[in-house]
Amino acid sequence: MRLVVDLNKCQGYAQCAFLAPDVFVMHGEEALAYDPRPDAEQRERVARAVAACPVQAITADGLDAPSVRAETAEGGAVPATVTPREVVTVEARDGR
Amino acid sequence: MADDRMERLRREGRIAIVGASLAGLRAAETLRAEGFTGELTLIGDEPYEPYDRPPLSKGVLMGLASPEHTDLPQRWEIDAKWRLGVAATGLDLPGRRVLLADGDDVEYDRLLIATGTRARPWPNEAEAALDGVLVLRTRDDAVRLQQRLKAGPRRVFVIGAGFAGCEIASACREKGIAVTVAERAGAPLVGALGGVIGAVSADLMTENGVDLRTHVTVTALEGDSVGRVRAVHLSDESVVEADVVVVSLGSLRNTEWLTGSGLGAGPRGIACDAGCRAFDFRGIVTDDVFVAGDVARSPHALFGYQFLSLEHWGNAVAQAETAAHNMICLPADRRPHLWMPAFWSSQFGVNIKSVGVPPMGDDLMIVQGSLAERRFVGVYGHQGRMVAAVSFDNTRWLEFYQRQIERGAPFPVEFPTVDRRPEGRQPVAADFPDPSLPTHAPGVTLSGYSPADQQLVFTPARH
Repeated sequence: MRLVVDLNKCQGYAQCAFLAPDVFVMHGEEALAYDPRPDAEQRERVARAVAACPVQAITADGLDAPSVRAETAEGGAVPATVTPREVVTVEARDGR
Repeated sequence: MADDRMERLRREGRIAIVGASLAGLRAAETLRAEGFTGELTLIGDEPYEPYDRPPLSKGVLMGLASPEHTDLPQRWEIDAKWRLGVAATGLDLPGRRVLLADGDDVEYDRLLIATGTRARPWPNEAEAALDGVLVLRTRDDAVRLQQRLKAGPRRVFVIGAGFAGCEIASACREKGIAVTVAERAGAPLVGALGGVIGAVSADLMTENGVDLRTHVTVTALEGDSVGRVRAVHLSDESVVEADVVVVSLGSLRNTEWLTGSGLGAGPRGIACDAGCRAFDFRGIVTDDVFVAGDVARSPHALFGYQFLSLEHWGNAVAQAETAAHNMICLPADRRPHLWMPAFWSSQFGVNIKSVGVPPMGDDLMIVQGSLAERRFVGVYGHQGRMVAAVSFDNTRWLEFYQRQIERGAPFPVEFPTVDRRPEGRQPVAADFPDPSLPTHAPGVTLSGYSPADQQLVFTPARH
């Protein structure tokens, strides 16, 4: 799983830091720092963070494991066999 | 006829991309997303798949991420031939071939140049070779710097207080490492944001325990008997003992490989039109060579058609997408690259963001918040127009100012704003350095002629 945050878009709402605190960390009041390659066990949390971002600034791949499988991640048993190139969100183009 | 040719190009053409970083990757993805099914080759001098650089001076140094693990997510299956770890060494423009360091070549129908920049090295080669003297640009650089910081140096010395230098100093302080920063100008960040904002940054650094030395240059790096750096000599004749020296003097554009190719490439980058097509040395636009990212220099309609070189993450993404689109479409469908310049930096827990082109501004108004609280929005004006805005911990307002800049809103700012303080009622001089003097990391370089403004101001260089 790889991720990148478009920090031009990010406005520091901290939803991601709340939903996936081991991956996203607020640095001061509105600056965001993050781990671009979180452990597989973070997949479900990262997926929630991607979906919850109010400005859709997070792009991640390798998130396509269905949530049923992610549930087994509680036991750490999700195999890292998801295709890494499957894209979950595509950043909105700015239309110009 | 033209339609047929384009259809064939899109179906079975050959596209080469030189530069396998952010711009190269995003261009490759866009080509596939827009239906290019031909042969795609990505050439990169580093042996790694595209990775993200901004975390290298932030999250990585703070220990939140590994320098080896900042690979960029891929938004689209790009099915490319990767030529990684092999630099491009030349371009045969009439023969439509890229020459590679291993003697091979790659033929193309369309070429995208996205070779970016590299860290400006310390000019004295013997001193630069001392153990403990580093730069920070690539993943390998970040691995080296992280190892040094982990080893618990007595003092880190950062040469140059641009954004990267400030971020490195910030990471050192967070780890409790003593750090000295030397800057030729009167404050940090003056090339990018001017002296008024630079003074805020200076206070921030000093308060966080950085030993900031301004109006000085480094005259020599001193090594010990076994070739490790041990001290830094400054122009004010002071000597600072340090076991790690980070040279943070901005970047050089990777255009040397194009010397003699016939393209309009040089130390200031590769000039291209707003459609990302490269100019040749005669100033005539090419049809099959495109440019994107840090190495490009293109005219921007919103800023007097000046040629802007933008070393910004967002520019690399947007320009790559536009270049890729224009590479495989009919002339009538081409789009101009009209991206609003924007960047961010985080240091000492403060989020600094900007839109527009601050160095174009003559005057500055603090329209919200206050400098003393380090939470504010500043607006830059030039010839009666708003040309840029900067925020410290106030990013949610920035988009509003971006729209104002796009509309050519008047300056001084006429509308009332939330949290306007007495200090923000009148513009003050933004205090940018004389553009003919070298700055370390301007981030934005303004150059070229403007059809809208034919005045020519001669500023003699001072040596």
